[in-house]
Amino acid sequence: MNIKSLKSGQEILFSGVIYTARDQAHKRLVDIINNAGAQNFVPLPFDLKGQFIYYCGPTATPKNKVIGSCGPTTSSRMDEFVEPLLKKGLLGMIGKGRRSKKVRNLIKKYKAVYLLAPAGCGALLAKKVLSKKLVAFKDLGPEAIYRLEVKDFPVIVGIDSLGKDTYEDLCD
Amino acid sequence: MNIVKLKNQVEKAVARASFNLRPDVKKLLKRAYRFEKNTRARKALGWILENARIAEKEKLAICQDTGLPIIFIEAGKDVNLSGRLIREIEKAVESGYRKNCLRPSSTEPLIRKASYQGVIFHVEFSNAKGLWITIFPKGFGSENKSQLKMFKPTVSIAEIEEFVVSAAKEAGPESCPPFIVGVGIGGTSDKALLLAKKALIGKVDRPNSDKVLNGLEKRLFKKINSLNIGPMGFSGKTTCLSVKVKKAPTHIAGLPVGVNISCHALRSATIKV
Repeated sequence: MNIKSLKSGQEILFSGVIYTARDQAHKRLVDIINNAGAQNFVPLPFDLKGQFIYYCGPTATPKNKVIGSCGPTTSSRMDEFVEPLLKKGLLGMIGKGRRSKKVRNLIKKYKAVYLLAPAGCGALLAKKVLSKKLVAFKDLGPEAIYRLEVKDFPVIVGIDSLGKDTYEDLCD
Repeated sequence: MNIVKLKNQVEKAVARASFNLRPDVKKLLKRAYRFEKNTRARKALGWILENARIAEKEKLAICQDTGLPIIFIEAGKDVNLSGRLIREIEKAVESGYRKNCLRPSSTEPLIRKASYQGVIFHVEFSNAKGLWITIFPKGFGSENKSQLKMFKPTVSIAEIEEFVVSAAKEAGPESCPPFIVGVGIGGTSDKALLLAKKALIGKVDRPNSDKVLNGLEKRLFKKINSLNIGPMGFSGKTTCLSVKVKKAPTHIAGLPVGVNISCHALRSATIKV
């Protein structure tokens, strides 16, 4: 996907791989990055370069289903963790709601993108997931990192790579 | 009272609350969909209605945030309410969550270990007969935007309205609009917030039987819908689906006002035992 061609407010159907991570997983990822080179150094559980993180903690997977309900959670809680991940090459974030001015500027700086998934539509989004695989932090339960393969996952471009925000009028 | 039957009923109510969008909420969403002109806002409302259809059909949670389970109990005069009965209801709520693959969104507050525990009870006694149990799973995208203000007793109604509208404005796209806004006026600080939450349990598509509160609800509804936040924050006419206000006597020295916002996925199920 050519990130730079995406324009804020544009609707797209995303197909590809996304990694779920929310509050606690972000804290751990950033701890790992900050701890790099230390004696008890552990590598990141997956290479962030060119990847998308989805702010989501799905419900448990019901029998005969790929995944449970899996809508986006509020992105702004992850604002403070964004920079180190972008530095590691993260390409995009998917969530719901507004971001801070700082995140807007970081997205512009690193030529990344922020996508909005339909908020409160976890059942609808579950139908767009083809596979789910545990990647890291199993002990976090629904907050663990999962690799999801999605097809025609509906999203709206929240902040494009030029830093233009579709919620401009609602932001300070 | 047959405990096995009771637990079974509670488990089913947990599933119903999480899988089936309330008919009153669905009705207001459909009305908004017909009414909305903004293309992206209509798209968002379409997603929300489609989501409700899939959730019901596939028995998937309407939202992955299956909330903190809040249980409202209304015990009639013929009910012998015991600690044991409450514990059985609590266990049934937990097993209802587990059996239906609902996310354990509860966690220990400081070390933050996820668990199914943390059921919150509010018990009231009534003069009617029977035991009424309401399961109210409250998601935190909207709960995080709750507000309380301790006004002076001389405050004007216009100032109260301003406060409620600003709470809805601050809730913004993160709290999953269109909202259902609960307002509690009076009591103590805790009571005002509880009233605001209880306002969301009753049918939200009906006018308030109290004339003053009904007028207040109508004015707030209009003002919040002119904020132009719209479904999922995509602007449009529908920022809230309904505003519900409850009141209680308060102290001569103050006037607490609580605001509890619900996302569009307002969920609850009530059973009579």
